[in-house]
Amino acid sequence: MSDYGPLSFSVPEPAGRPGDEPDFSYLDVPKAGTVRKPKIDVDPREIKDLARTMIRVLNRDGEAVGQWADPIEDDLVLHGLKSMVRTRAFDERMMTLQRQGKTSFYMKCTGEEAIAVGQQLALSKGDMNFPTYRQQGLLLCQDYPLETMICQILSNAKDPLHGRQLPIMYSSKAHGFYTISGNLGTQYIHAVGWAMASAIKGDSKIATAWIGDGSTAENDFHAALVNASVYKPPVVLNIVNNQWAISSFQGIAGGDAATFAERAHGYGIPSLRVDGNDFIAVYNVSKWAVERARRNLGPTLIEWVTYRVAPHSTSDDPSKYRPRKESDAWPLGDPVLRLKNHLIRSGKWSDERHIQAEAEYEEEVRAATKEAEKYGVMGEGSSARDIFEDVYKDMPPHLREQRQKLGV
Amino acid sequence: MAEMTMIEAIRDAMDIKLGQDKDVVVFGEDVGYFGGVFRCTAGLQEKYGTNRVFDCPINESGIVGTGIGMAAYGLRPCVEVQFADYIYPAYDQIVSEAARLRYRSAGDFTAPITIRTPCGGGIFGGQTHSQSPEAIFTHVSGLKTIMPSNPYDAKGMLIAAIEDDDPVLFLEPKRLYNGPFDGHHDRPAQSWAGHPMGEVPQGHYSVPIGKAAIRREGQDVTILAYGTMIFVAQAAVQETGIDAEIVDLRSLLPLDIETIVASVKKTGRCMIVHEATLTSGFGAELAAQVQERCFYHLEVPIERVTGWDTPYPHAQEWDYFPGPKRVGKALQTMMEAV
Repeated sequence: MSDYGPLSFSVPEPAGRPGDEPDFSYLDVPKAGTVRKPKIDVDPREIKDLARTMIRVLNRDGEAVGQWADPIEDDLVLHGLKSMVRTRAFDERMMTLQRQGKTSFYMKCTGEEAIAVGQQLALSKGDMNFPTYRQQGLLLCQDYPLETMICQILSNAKDPLHGRQLPIMYSSKAHGFYTISGNLGTQYIHAVGWAMASAIKGDSKIATAWIGDGSTAENDFHAALVNASVYKPPVVLNIVNNQWAISSFQGIAGGDAATFAERAHGYGIPSLRVDGNDFIAVYNVSKWAVERARRNLGPTLIEWVTYRVAPHSTSDDPSKYRPRKESDAWPLGDPVLRLKNHLIRSGKWSDERHIQAEAEYEEEVRAATKEAEKYGVMGEGSSARDIFEDVYKDMPPHLREQRQKLGV
Repeated sequence: MAEMTMIEAIRDAMDIKLGQDKDVVVFGEDVGYFGGVFRCTAGLQEKYGTNRVFDCPINESGIVGTGIGMAAYGLRPCVEVQFADYIYPAYDQIVSEAARLRYRSAGDFTAPITIRTPCGGGIFGGQTHSQSPEAIFTHVSGLKTIMPSNPYDAKGMLIAAIEDDDPVLFLEPKRLYNGPFDGHHDRPAQSWAGHPMGEVPQGHYSVPIGKAAIRREGQDVTILAYGTMIFVAQAAVQETGIDAEIVDLRSLLPLDIETIVASVKKTGRCMIVHEATLTSGFGAELAAQVQERCFYHLEVPIERVTGWDTPYPHAQEWDYFPGPKRVGKALQTMMEAV
């Protein structure tokens, strides 16, 4: 007789499903200000614990505390708050457009606004983001025209991508925003290559890579890490852990076995795990990683712990797979509210100004939408000729012939 | 008989095989608790447990790769790749492993895996939710590539695929999931309810892999098509009044060349319709085989109506999609040629 029983394997299950009470007991949330800030040139082996804890700066009272609470210029932090409010106003309006049948598709980033906005503000002109579809904040905190974003979403005559791409898959080299691919994780490795190119040319620009918790399972994520480990290029490797990849909770991507930040350890890449709903933490940790990149200290991986408040997309219904009130129970709170409270507490902001800002951005988005709609909605104004452009630099004869066949 | 959508028919096939054969397992992204983004596996995890039906990390080469490992052990995995547009990371596993395991081990190891994946456009999915990559798979020796066009075939062909001892790529034209779609996107959507092909027998049956079906008999021209294009072709034929014979290939590889040749020899004209891009598309293979066997019966050159040789655009979907107007026009041109 064998000494062993039958073998078994494990399929991770989330803490709660529809009908269950939300349960975030799996998430250890250390007190704000308790995690140390290492020297910029720290040996990665000395900070392995920082991939298992969580850097947090804003405490419950809205104070910025601890070693990561470096002061941030007033203008910058206020711009951060306003950009988050703007992003939220934008998302709400675009959802409405989708419901009205003016666009086929939309994806909100509700609850995750601090991450894209906070990091973008830590970057310099010329740096390049390689975003996923949930980093609209990267553009919304810059001077990218709102109307152009909306024209892309409406696939109309002024869509800079000529109707070819799904709504929200923006592209703007001038704003450090790499063209979004609908495939997952495929561009994480591009950030590494871009950063290597910057180094090969002796340039000063750095790259940031973006991926979700679910997509870290893709091969390209691991390819990016091994290349970043070998060549140590100036890149910041972001993982936005918003707990859910459509219906798959983070455990299906391996998040129960180790934190996502810990994946960097096998590659000797310094790695930090951060409260992604804490704007001050996002900005200051991003600054640290960006500084390391600029000083030729190599890549840094950052896991941003957050929660996907919104459905995956307008095609998704999260009530089918997660507890209804899970979002309300999220222990890291709302990023906008937390920064707002912090700024009110430090006398730099007020409830009145906040309400005013919300109204202003709602109005700005409303006006931009109205303007954008003049150029068409739901693909109106897109040209069939554009199907054939940009496939190659010069249109080969066979495409010319096919275009003629279509009669455009 | 039961009235089923294509989604229900596909689910029923997996349900039957999971129930009949303990070696069948079903997995993929979102297929477990949630039941798949298109609901094809809804309720199966509850019925068969997480040991048999489960969610996967978002890693398509991992889905296919683990499936091959299970198949090599002796299971019959039926895995889902959420969109055919996401299948490329698994290409190496499919081409270099699943398709060659039998050959390089002289039958010592085999990979009886079924890879289900939704394909095709018509849902405003843009370039990452609309592609028809069948030709890059028919180019691979050792792999079977099939595509049903209706609920009846979907169930019978999926059962046949799961029971097949070789790896099978099972392409699901997603625009047909809830009803036949003839390309008239501006008209109300039709459902499978009341459609003869939405009548699906209960219990086990299979539709053999490698057998085409004649959807409409005709005398003047043969239309070779599969998936969504069957209904587009039917609409074009109805609208032009041309007496075409529509052959639903169902199985691209192996190909039912006898049925094709018999039809083309009868009609003397051959049109090929597919959603995928033209150049090196499956139509090129069909055209080659038809001319090899039917050259002296052909009255006019073989015509292909396909997607354009560009990535699948979002807003210009209906200019890209080979709809009934384009097919009809090409049919008329062919008929006027002689």
